[in-house]
Formats: sequence, C-alpha cells, structure tokens
Amino acid sequence: MRVILIATLSAAAVVVAGCSTTPEDQSAAAVEDRSKPGAGKPGADAKSVDRPKIAAVDVTQGRKDAASALKDPSSILSKRSIYYDLDQFEIKDEYRGLIEGHAKYLRENPGARMLIQGNTDERGSREYNVSLGQRRSDGVKRMLVLLGARDDQIESVSLGEEKPQADGQGETAFSKNRRSDILYGGEY
Amino acid sequence: MRFLLAVIFFLLAAPAGAQLSIEITGAGAQRTPIAIVPFANEASAGTSLTAIVRADLERSGLFRGLEVPPLSPAPNENSPMNYGEWRSRLADAVVVGSVGMAADGRYEVRFRVYDVVKQAPLGAIAYLFTKDNARAAAHRIADFVYEKITGEKGVFSTQIAYVVRRGTTYELQIADADGERAQYLLRSNEPIISPVWSPDGRRIAYVSFESKKPIVYVHSLSENKRQVVASFKGSNSAPAWSPDGKTIAVVLSVEGGSQIYLINADGSGPRRRISNSQSIDTEPRYSSDGKSLYFTSDRGGSPQIYRMSATGGEAQRVTFRGSYNVTPRPSPDGRVLAYVTRESGKFQVALMDLANQQVQVITDSDRDESPSFAPNGRMILLATVIGGRGVLSAVSADGRIKQRLPYAGGDVREPSWGPFTE
Repeated sequence: MRVILIATLSAAAVVVAGCSTTPEDQSAAAVEDRSKPGAGKPGADAKSVDRPKIAAVDVTQGRKDAASALKDPSSILSKRSIYYDLDQFEIKDEYRGLIEGHAKYLRENPGARMLIQGNTDERGSREYNVSLGQRRSDGVKRMLVLLGARDDQIESVSLGEEKPQADGQGETAFSKNRRSDILYGGEY
Repeated sequence: MRFLLAVIFFLLAAPAGAQLSIEITGAGAQRTPIAIVPFANEASAGTSLTAIVRADLERSGLFRGLEVPPLSPAPNENSPMNYGEWRSRLADAVVVGSVGMAADGRYEVRFRVYDVVKQAPLGAIAYLFTKDNARAAAHRIADFVYEKITGEKGVFSTQIAYVVRRGTTYELQIADADGERAQYLLRSNEPIISPVWSPDGRRIAYVSFESKKPIVYVHSLSENKRQVVASFKGSNSAPAWSPDGKTIAVVLSVEGGSQIYLINADGSGPRRRISNSQSIDTEPRYSSDGKSLYFTSDRGGSPQIYRMSATGGEAQRVTFRGSYNVTPRPSPDGRVLAYVTRESGKFQVALMDLANQQVQVITDSDRDESPSFAPNGRMILLATVIGGRGVLSAVSADGRIKQRLPYAGGDVREPSWGPFTE
C-alpha cells in the first residue's frame, strides 16, 4: 500500500515537474496527502508544506518530576476535561479543584506549556461554534492565569464542533461534546 | 487559452474516487422545451457532447430536453432551419452542430442556437478542445445556450469545492458544477472547514486543524503549494476574500475572544484589527462592491447578522427576527443576503431582500448550513443532513428548483461555489 502510495506521489511529482516547463502548467492542481504515513513520519507527509508554528514547547523542566503525575489516574492532573451546560461558558464549581491543580502545576513548572481546546456540540454554524469553543477555552485560561499560571504558558484554541467526544444526536452525546480539553506540551 | 489550461489542470488532478451526482427534486414553474440535436460526427470525440449539454440544461430546472428521433440527413450548423417542423415537435429552441478536426489535431465543435417561437437565430460559436476536455467543452456549449435563451450567464463551466469526511479522513475536493471530475486538494486526518474560492478562481482559502488548532491556509490551484496566511496564537478561522483578491478577512483570537482582522492574501504584512467588541464577531463576508462586511455577532445577546464598513467602525444590525441568524452570504448582485436561521430548533436557509428587509425561508430540512451562491446568483449550494449523513443540496433563489447531490463515499459538507473563470 505504501509502495503504491509513494509511487503515485512520485508519479504526480514527475508530472508536475515535467509540466512546469510550459506555461500551460500554471493550472496544475496542487495535490497533497497528509493522512498517510508518506515518508514514514506518522501524521505528516514529506511534502514541503509550511508547517505552522505553534507556541514553543519546552517540557524538559516540567516532565522530570511530573510527567508521571500528569498521567497518574490518582492525580487531579490526569483529569483533563471540563464539561459545560448548554450555551454556557461558566466553569462549574465541580471543576474548581481540577483547575487549581493544573494552575499549581504550571506555577511549579515554569517550563511547562499547555494547550486548551474548547469544543461545542454539533448544532449550528461551524464557524460560530469555533468562536463559542474559543470562549470556553479562554475562560479556562483566564482562571488558570488568575490562579498564578503565566499567560505565555497557555494557548487557548477552539476545535468548534469538529472533534466530538461522543457521536450521535441527543443531549447525552451533546453534553460530552461541550467541553474544554487540557493538553500539555508533548501531548499535541 | 484558458480552455487549454483547464485541460491540463484536470490531467494533473488526483481523482477523488466516488463523486457527487445530482438529482432534481423540484423544477421551475415553466421549463423551456429545447431540442438538442445530436451533433453530426460527435461520436468521434468519444463523448456525447449533446447528452452532457442536455443534462446541464435540465439540471438548471429551466429547460426540458426533447427526445430527438434520428434525422436523415443529420442536420448540422449549416443546414437550413425548418422552424415549422420544430414547432410541430413542440420545441421552443433548437441546437444543431457538428464536430470536426482542427488543423492542430484538436476537435472543433461548431453549433447554432435557434429560437423557434420567434423564428430567429440566437447565435453560433465554435470551440476547440482535446479529447480529455470534452466534458469542459460540453459545459461551455451549455453556458452559451443558456445565456442566449435566458439572457443570464450559465454556471455549467464553474467548479465547486467541498469537504468529504470518511471516518477520520477529511478531503478538500473540487469538482465541476455537475459533480463530475472530482479531485482532492488536501487530505488530512484532522478536520477542514470553511473553504472559499478567491475571486479569480485560482486559489482556495480554508481552515485546517492538522496542527491541533485552526489555522488559515491559501492553496494555489496553479502551483503545487499552499501557504499559511493566519497562524497566530489561539484560533485562526473564517476566511473571506475581498473582491479584488488582495485581502482576506479572518477571525482571530490572538487578542482574546473572536474578532475580525484583515490580512494580505499573500500572508505578508501585519494584521489589521477591524472589529472591536467584547462579544463574538465572526463569519465575515464582503459585499460584492467590497465596501462592506457582513458578519455574525452576539453583541446583542444572541447571534445576529451585522454590517460594517470594510475598514471597520460602527456596525448596523441586519437581522432581527428570531434568536439565531448566522452565516451571512451576500448575493453576487448585492441585492439579497442568504443566511442560516434557526426556528423551532430547525436550521434553514433564509433570503433577505436587502432593499425592503423581506425574509423568505427557502429550504425545508432542519440542519441546513453553509449556503453558497452560484456566481450568477440563481442557485444556492448548501450542506444538509439526510438520513444521518451529510449531503449537499442546491436550491434556486426563488425556492422552486431543488437538487440533491448524493455522494457514495462519505459525509459531504462545507460547499463553496467557485467564480466565473474567463
């Protein structure tokens, strides 16, 4: 399969290259495949794509003493999702301990970096949902900063309705999808 | 020349496998009966041009193709026109033509269009094409016929873009307006949303989540490359081209919240913030004259559509009815605004006459989104959900003509209708 894929990509490259000598080729369609192993690197192919830079990640300091704590099921730090009521952005009281735990971790590990992804359920405009998810992740970030984390340790972003945790219609699924997820540097 | 470019463009395309087909589920009140006589010698091109022309015209909902029995001798563009005979066959219009070989080895199709009712020729033209480009030639013929009879430009030669999801694989595809010749531009394991064509049809801006956050790219169809144009800290989304193709309005959260900024389409220069609210401002879309931006904002407590100058400043509220009005899409002539409205839990496409604020809901399913005008303004492509699957559908601006575009290979969403190219 991979051989075929690579052969196909190479053939496409040859066609593109071969054609680039004539003005007609200006309309060659650019085709990329980022889903397959490609040159062997999972999740990214070998094409010359301008990979966007996200905030620099340095987990060396944070990881030594705490990488295990981040994954330890008995640690609050292993709890990474905050769920919301319909149309709500307020962080419910039950998540206070979770937020405080992560704020403490960021304070004590100044090299640690965090990505917060806000999410919504699937109803409504995809782009408007990106903004609603952003409002959720911004709220989590704001609280972490109030509790002593540094602003530049945290990036809050939104995945809108695009990455549901639960498939399907109905409040059971929707309530799992209205959430903010916390990821640490090295996890994204 | 453009014609030839189109050929090469498709030769290099990666075929996308399954493709859209189009089913007509509602037609115009009156359809012009038209006889498209099989062109003399058209079998030599390997493709029945006239079958494609007829399918194009019928799909518009404005024409009804008549069955034409084999005629002997087969008429061509130079045959004398017997209006009485076509009148007796109940044709209001007739197309006759022939296919031959040009000196350079390409095919040459020549044809004429007649108005049988007025007993007058409407026009004639010839096109050159290679065998691989026969479908494109047929779409050009359909555009010519459509324009001669209706007086407005046809969109059969335009292209559409959309996103297909199969499991965890996402593809940004482009296809002819009839769903044929699909190819993918980008395949990713993460979502792709909000594709939008540049005004010249040579680039597509979109939002990709491949880096675990939304980033705006501009993908050039003519070169094997794409470019990041907005990758600021936070989320980058909702691209919209200015009519001159030089500027892209985007929504960024870099300063907190979701606000509208302008960036240069080539990614150069600084970002310029043009909205300044404590609320969500998103889904910008330029008016056709480029002077205003329509956008969605919840500054009034619920998401509604507003309009402001394209350089920023005070905004006026545009929608008032209902508590959820989003995704503004001004028509190409600037007279109508399409958007998505929620009523009784149903999301449907509405049109507002901008001169008198009259609103008409033109779809009847309950999860419609992402309306996109055809460049002639007559049809609106949109995404909906039928039987739990994402599909595209199209509806005429008067709500009468409805089409469904089923797709065998996955969920289809995020349609964007490309511009006229010529």
